[in-house]
Amino acid sequence: MSQEPTTTQTGSGIEAVALLPEPAMRLRDVSVAFSGRMAVRNVTFDVAANKVTSMIGPSGSGKTTLLRSLNRLHDLTKGAVVKGEIQLGDIDVYGNELPTTLLRSRIGMVFQRPNPFPTMSIYDNVVSGLRFNGIKKKSILDEAAESALISAALWDSVKDRMKAHASTLSGGEQQRLCIARALAVEPEVLLMDEPTSSLDPVSTQRIEELMVELKNRVTIIIVTHNMQQAARVSDDCAFLLMAEDRAGELIEFAPTTKIFNNPSDSRTLDYIQGRFG
Amino acid sequence: MTDVLAQLPPDPLLERRRLVQSIATKTQRRRAVRSSLFIGLLSACLAMAIVPLFFVIYALIVRGGHVLTWVFITKVPVQPTLFEQDQIGGIGNAILGSLVVDLVAALIAVPLGVILGLYLSETETRWANGLRRAAEIMTGLPSILLGIFAYIYIVTTMQSFSGFAASIALAMLMTPVITKAAETALRSVPRTLTEAGLALGARQSKVSLRVVLPVATPGIITGVLLALARAIGETAPLLFVIGASINYEWNPFHQMAALPMMTFTYSSAAYDSQHAAAWGIGLMLVIIVLVLNASARLIAAFMRRERH
Amino acid sequence: MTVQSSSESLDRGLARGVMPRAKSGSTYNYVLRGVALLFTAVLALFVWSVLHQSWPAWTKYGLHILTGNNWSPAENNFGALALILATLITAGVAILFAVPIGIGTALTLNFVVPRRLAAPLTTVVELLAAVPSVVYGLWGLNVIVPWMSTTVQPWLASLTNSGWPFSGNAIGLGISTASLVLAIMVLPTIVAISRDVIATVPRDLIEGALSLGATRSQVLTRVVLPNAKIGLLGAVSLGAGRAIGETVAVAMVIGSSPSMPHSFFSLGSTLASTIATQYIDSSPMHMAALGALATILMVMTASVNAFARALVNRKPKS
Repeated sequence: MSQEPTTTQTGSGIEAVALLPEPAMRLRDVSVAFSGRMAVRNVTFDVAANKVTSMIGPSGSGKTTLLRSLNRLHDLTKGAVVKGEIQLGDIDVYGNELPTTLLRSRIGMVFQRPNPFPTMSIYDNVVSGLRFNGIKKKSILDEAAESALISAALWDSVKDRMKAHASTLSGGEQQRLCIARALAVEPEVLLMDEPTSSLDPVSTQRIEELMVELKNRVTIIIVTHNMQQAARVSDDCAFLLMAEDRAGELIEFAPTTKIFNNPSDSRTLDYIQGRFG
Repeated sequence: MTDVLAQLPPDPLLERRRLVQSIATKTQRRRAVRSSLFIGLLSACLAMAIVPLFFVIYALIVRGGHVLTWVFITKVPVQPTLFEQDQIGGIGNAILGSLVVDLVAALIAVPLGVILGLYLSETETRWANGLRRAAEIMTGLPSILLGIFAYIYIVTTMQSFSGFAASIALAMLMTPVITKAAETALRSVPRTLTEAGLALGARQSKVSLRVVLPVATPGIITGVLLALARAIGETAPLLFVIGASINYEWNPFHQMAALPMMTFTYSSAAYDSQHAAAWGIGLMLVIIVLVLNASARLIAAFMRRERH
Repeated sequence: MTVQSSSESLDRGLARGVMPRAKSGSTYNYVLRGVALLFTAVLALFVWSVLHQSWPAWTKYGLHILTGNNWSPAENNFGALALILATLITAGVAILFAVPIGIGTALTLNFVVPRRLAAPLTTVVELLAAVPSVVYGLWGLNVIVPWMSTTVQPWLASLTNSGWPFSGNAIGLGISTASLVLAIMVLPTIVAISRDVIATVPRDLIEGALSLGATRSQVLTRVVLPNAKIGLLGAVSLGAGRAIGETVAVAMVIGSSPSMPHSFFSLGSTLASTIATQYIDSSPMHMAALGALATILMVMTASVNAFARALVNRKPKS
């Protein structure tokens, strides 16, 4: 943080990366299938930069599946096929222009259950992403760790025990450590897969507050089964529902206030009024 | 451009994002290459691990394949002489011997192992846990120690080598393997099944024997076949308990021949025909073991399909 | 962690409640406990028999058995140090070769090879374990021994100018060949257990690393291996236990000479191979001394196995 703000050089290739164009991510006719069975069908929407976009819907509606297709996490799953077009800025996520590892360093992810690396210390956890990406310089690592931990509202409680094992933290703290770990790589987009589903109400609230604060740093896409959460934190909202053949479909995409107050589709209304799901 | 900049996060963050992305981009190639090299190294490990099997099987087929004739399988051995170096007879005595010895071993080990498996799957006492651990450790003990056990208690008591002594040693070898397989199979039977049985008022013994055991049977059979495959190839436990016989010997309380023993003795014998015979028996042993393993695997695969 | 342990005790409690022990008088229960008792007794008899047989040797020679380096039954001299050393050296060298290859193979099967290929390749590796040890001995004696004496050993000797540790005649039989055969024989054990251990590394962690931009090798070396290291140590120990106790194959290729090994080309005898070749037709004191070897062997392999099982069966944290 001690670094002086330098004048930004406009026009360089890297500069163009940092200044993320609108929309941050673009999904066009995205379908995901596992061994020939459709899980998500023809989803299209735009993710606005520096906003929180939520995906809601009953279980089985394909929210998580869709989210994991955004950073190519299905690449590991045998028999998974992603069709359609997904763009990060103007980069084709499934194209050849950006290697998958670099893509993933630019689209961070936080998982349902806190998953800090148990063999690493708190510090090593936070900087693990930077090390994966070839950054070894201690000064950069230290600075990034501090900044990320501050952003994740964890700095004050861990700054004196950076060498302690990550498992010594509480569940809520572990999840914030995972957020810090993702932030340290300075991604442009942060995917959150039901990040509070395994946490207590107080920790949940902390993380919800965090999401709002983080907006000026990253674009957030969150999957949640908690409608109130979506209403509280997100700017835009995508509602997905399972079709008759069990594939998830996008029913409605709109600003969150519209989804919750005046949805266009009757099924959205049914869902937010708790008639099913 | 300045408009956009005004809305953006404060500069240090932007700077760091640029820095991280530029280093990541610069090092990407190197990291990708290193990763590929590492993966290549791992694949080489796999190749090195499986190459010996092909060498062994190749040698067995080339050197022992031509020996396996009907006469060789059905006749009893003949000692080659200086003038009749090629006469070798057959290994019928050893086939019969292995059959009898392993059958008797299985007759002892299967009930013992299954009952022990039942006991361990239903009990959580300290004794049971100790027994489970002891059985596990026993599977890792050198099998020659079991030969000593059989020598001390059977050979010394009966004042003679015998197929039975060999069976006892092999039963000791098989029991822990079968116990482990049985316990695992029994424990994987859904508890709801047991509950349903008990809810109907059946006694625990009835539920265990009529409901749980049948469901676990394929798993147990798999374990038995694998244990048998191990026992058939074992030489060390037989070395000083089974003796030798060059005739068809049905009585397990007499000395007997066995396939692995015969390979062992022929491998260091004087004549080429005997060496070839050793390879022939080796090939036969491997075929038997592979067939037993394959059957065990098929049953396991079949079982998995049934469950899903 | 607390959640898990409490649910575990809940499970156990359920098991007790749902599966009450049969009335203690039932035949079923008698049979079960009777067989458990019988097996316990057999185990005790087994351990006792080995100890009992070796007793005369221990009382007569005492610790000389462990420290003496002259094993000559004809002179009633039973110092097993050379045998113990040969056992440890062959097992150690075998492990040295088998561990990197074995763990590499396990990683390949679990993470590199497409699933369709992984199953048949796994089967092939497992079949290596199924080949009887007498067949390895036969193959070692007729294929490896000539290859070692004509190709490998001359090459090794040229590395040190026929100096230590590759001094002596390159006759093929001996410590180096026994080590190689052992390495091949313990490999499948190490692969199988390593695979199980590696498979318990939570998928969460692997995905976590990938989502940060880690390459495949980074995921394996910085996340998978560190998280599996204790179990892997167990796998290695199980392999070592097998190598220490392997009998017939070693007896066939090691050259059966109870003298002190002074080079990798030396002939030697391990504890197990000595028992195998000398037990029959031995005099009472000789047999007692062989019993002492069996005792040493039993203590070594049982403790290595107990240690290994404790590591492998350890429940993963979190």
